[in-house]
Amino acid sequence: MGMKGNGSNHECSRERVKGEEEAAAELLLCREPIRIMSKGEVDYVHARGGFSFDSCRRNEMLLNKGLKPSSFLKTGTTIVGLIFQDGVILGADTRATEGPIVADKNCEKIHYMAPNIYCCGAGTAADTEAVTDTISSHLKLHRYHTARESRVVTALTLLKSHLFRYQGHVSAALVLGGVDVTGPHLHTIYPHGSTDSLPFATMGSGSLAAMAVFESKYHEGLSRDEGVKLVCEAICSGIFNDLGSGSNVDICVITKGQKEYLRNHLLPNPRTYISSKGYSFSKKT
Amino acid sequence: MDLNAPHSMGTTIIGVTYDGGVVLGADSRTSTGMYVANRASDKITQLTDNVYICRSGSAADSQIVSDYVRYFLHQHTIQLGQPATVKVAANLVRLLSYNNKNMLQTGIIVGGWDKYEGGKIYGIPLGGTIIEQPFAIGGSGSSYLYGFFDQAWKEGMSKDEAEQLVVKAVSLAIARDGASGGVVRTVIINSDGVTRNFYPGDKLPLWHEELEPQNSLLDILSAASPEPMNI
Repeated sequence: MGMKGNGSNHECSRERVKGEEEAAAELLLCREPIRIMSKGEVDYVHARGGFSFDSCRRNEMLLNKGLKPSSFLKTGTTIVGLIFQDGVILGADTRATEGPIVADKNCEKIHYMAPNIYCCGAGTAADTEAVTDTISSHLKLHRYHTARESRVVTALTLLKSHLFRYQGHVSAALVLGGVDVTGPHLHTIYPHGSTDSLPFATMGSGSLAAMAVFESKYHEGLSRDEGVKLVCEAICSGIFNDLGSGSNVDICVITKGQKEYLRNHLLPNPRTYISSKGYSFSKKT
Repeated sequence: MDLNAPHSMGTTIIGVTYDGGVVLGADSRTSTGMYVANRASDKITQLTDNVYICRSGSAADSQIVSDYVRYFLHQHTIQLGQPATVKVAANLVRLLSYNNKNMLQTGIIVGGWDKYEGGKIYGIPLGGTIIEQPFAIGGSGSSYLYGFFDQAWKEGMSKDEAEQLVVKAVSLAIARDGASGGVVRTVIINSDGVTRNFYPGDKLPLWHEELEPQNSLLDILSAASPEPMNI
C-alpha cells in the first residue's frame, strides 16, 4: 500500500515538472513510469483477449499533438560477394524501393570503382552512388599519381574514412571486391565506418536469406561456374524471401587482369501476363 | 531486426602477462543488433611488430582509433630510431580515447613486449583511463570472468600456462555471454617475436552437460514432483 502511494506521487511530480510533450516522448521511448495495475485492471485486460489497440490510439493522439514519428530506413536489397579459386564474384538484385513502392525494377547496384575493383551498395541509393563515384574518382587520380593499378585496401580505406567522418549518416552499406597485385580481396563496409574482411559476405535486408545459402554451400576453392551458380542461388534466395529485394540478378566476376560484368545474368521474374491486344487507349481518355 | 544498428563487438577480450611476455586473447563475434555480422572477426590488431591491441565496443570507433595509433606509432618509431615501447603505444591510445570521450565508445587492451620493461598490459576502458595491470579483461563477456581471474591468476606463470588460462577464460565467457562467440584467437608476444594461435569454436569445452532429449512433457509430468529447494 505504501509503495503504491509513493509510486503515484512520483508519477505526478514528474508530469508537473516536464511538459506533456516530453512525457509523451518518454512514453514512446518506452520509459514509462512504473504503474502498479489495480486488480480490476488486470482482469479487464485478460477478459477482452485479442490484440489491444490502446497503443495505436495513443500513437495517433501523439501524432495529432505534433510529435514526429521515428523514421526508419529500409535497405531493400540483397548484395553478396564471394572469393573463389581465381578471384572474386559479386552479385546483387535489381530492385530499388521507395517505401512500399518499387521505384526501379532494374537498377544497377554493382558500381565501378576501378578496372579491377567493383563495389555493391545497399542502403540509400543516392548515398551509395555518391560515395562510390567520389571514391572511384579519387582512385583514378591516385592511379595517375602513382602510375600503378589500384589496390582494394586503398578503396577500403578511402571508403571507411569517408563513412566514419559522417558518423553513420551516409547510409551506405557496401560489399567491396577486387583483385590486385596482392591477390583477391573481399570486404564489407558498414555505414558507421567499420569493415570486415571475409571469404564470403552478404549485406542488405535480404542478407540473412543469402547468408543462409552461403553458410550451407560455400567451400574454399570453388570453380568459376560453381561460384556463379552459388551467387545466383544466394541472390535468388533474397529475391524470393525478402520483400525489399526482387527482379533480376546481376553478377560481376573479377579475376587477375580480367573482369566480366554480367548485367541481368538471370531473369527469374519475367512478365507473365502480356495482353495480346496490346495497350492502346482512345484519344482523350 | 535492425540491420542499420551500428556494428558493435559485444566481446570478451583478455590480456595477461607471464614470465617473459604477454598473451592476448579474444573471441570472434561482431554483432549488428541481434544479428552476427561477422562470426570470425579478428579483434587482436597489430600496431607495431611488438605491440598489439584487443578491441571492444563500437567496431568503427575501435578500428579508426587503432588506425590512427598505428600511424602515429610508425612516425614515432622513425623519429625515435628504435622500436616503440608499449607504454608509448598505450598512452597514444589513451590520448585519443580521453580527448574524444564524448564521441567514442571503445574499450581497448594494449599488450606487448619491449626491451626496457618486458611484457606489459595496459587497460584503457571507456572514459580514457589508462591503467597498467598484470592482467586485464574487457568487453561484455568480462563480467563473467572477474571472479574466475581472482581465483585462477597467479604471478610467474609459464607461456603455456598463461595461454591455457586465456583460452579457458574466453571459452567460459562465450558459454555465458550471448554477445561473445565464434572462435578463440590468441597472440603471444615475447622477446622471440609474435605467435598467433587459433582455437575453433567446436573444440572448446561447453561447460555444461547436454540436456537429456525429451519426447513429451507427459513424461516429466508423470514423474514425481521435484523437491522444494532447501537453503
